[in-house]
Amino acid sequence: MTFTIPIDNGDALKNAETDSQRTLYPYVTGTSIVAIKYKEGVLMASDMGGSYGSTLRYKNIERVKAIGKHSLLGASGEISDFQEILRYLDELVLNDNMWDDGNSLGPKEVHNYLTRVMYNRRNKFNPLWNTLVLGGVKNGQSYLGMVSMIGVSFEDNHVATGFGNHLARPILRDEWHADLSFEDGVKLLEKCMRVLLYRDRSAINKLQISKITEEGVTVSQPYSLKTFWEFQAFHNPTAGAQGSW
Amino acid sequence: MDLNLDAPHSMGTTIIGVTYNGGVVLGADSRTSTGMYVANRASDKITQLTDNVYVCRSGSAADSQVVSDYVRYFLHQHTIQLGQPATVKVSANLIRMLAYNNKNMLQTGLIVGGWDKYEGGKIYGVPLGGTVVEQPFAIGGSGSSYLYGFFDQAWKENMTKEEAEQLVVKAVSLAIARDGASGGVVRTVIINSEGVTRNFYPGDKLQLWHEELEPQNSLLDILNAAGPEPMAI
Repeated sequence: MTFTIPIDNGDALKNAETDSQRTLYPYVTGTSIVAIKYKEGVLMASDMGGSYGSTLRYKNIERVKAIGKHSLLGASGEISDFQEILRYLDELVLNDNMWDDGNSLGPKEVHNYLTRVMYNRRNKFNPLWNTLVLGGVKNGQSYLGMVSMIGVSFEDNHVATGFGNHLARPILRDEWHADLSFEDGVKLLEKCMRVLLYRDRSAINKLQISKITEEGVTVSQPYSLKTFWEFQAFHNPTAGAQGSW
Repeated sequence: MDLNLDAPHSMGTTIIGVTYNGGVVLGADSRTSTGMYVANRASDKITQLTDNVYVCRSGSAADSQVVSDYVRYFLHQHTIQLGQPATVKVSANLIRMLAYNNKNMLQTGLIVGGWDKYEGGKIYGVPLGGTVVEQPFAIGGSGSSYLYGFFDQAWKENMTKEEAEQLVVKAVSLAIARDGASGGVVRTVIINSEGVTRNFYPGDKLQLWHEELEPQNSLLDILNAAGPEPMAI
């Protein structure tokens, strides 16, 4: 259900704003999502921050949500658009349940639906300002994919959004392998999240790691990572070059 | 001096919503500016939506007023159809619906607060863009920039009604001290199971902050009160 405030000044030409609705820029944004396939399914990590420009305004936003029985959706970008996507998916899951036929939407189907939504909005020059990560397990098959705000969509063994693309994926390319245990998977994600914490200005130190397996979805409680600052070079940055900055 | 009296009315503003053990306290300053001119120094930015739900308005005065009017209208119908008072969540969601679907045109940040029998006291922030965030406390408007640190330090869970109201009044007062777009009086609205209470704190009833002086009627009073050499430095 939508409601747009009706404006009647008769001159559609002057009122370009109303009849070509477009999202010009995001307001409240979430930063990176990092996700990997592991032995039993998929692990997804995200922090709980909602930034408002350079202000770290909200510190309790859940950016990863369960979708149906078999999928996990993580989002970075504009939070209001993510909330709207969750409403679309609510309707999708509801209609799927109404068939009452024992079948349920798997991650592949949800990913496809989201790709169509994101691409079609892009074509209308009114994108949903998000990069989405869709992970899931159905009938023993793990699935991990991504859709961007311009409709670019693909699957991989490990994905990351935003800064994660630049900082986390190189680590994952090096250290990910098939059949990671849960513990190794969590440690790997935490390694990525720690680097993001050091180097991404919009990251906050409060994260959740979500897991999806054949059994179902678990979202961890929020927690913080320890950080390391005890390098000699940090204590004495100019020791090697007295007088420099 | 360029007053620009044709600039849109904007409530620079400081708005706050805080939950406490039993309800919510909403607070706001009272300054509405048109460019550099203060168009209204005693505005009421805490607007009623239903008997049990109020909204704090910031940003464009016009936008926040029209959104409040539409939501009050929808909630009125909803209450009739439902047969009982609307919940705070529903009110927040209607605000969200308008804020999100008109995000290109609106420039208003809102804080929805109220009490209902299902969830008790609740505060929902609806910033620019139309995100809804349920929070134990929310701050908004230009003056809120000066309060993030304050609340990080001063906020605690399960305050009493008196503690919560004192916190809100102190916070708005601190924001007024530093934000040029906020000023005037501090208004609060307390909502709980018993009902709604409105309070009014004029500038002279507030605590003085750094480099602020006790207001006087005239220099003459100071001169007369002091000894024979009052102008000596």
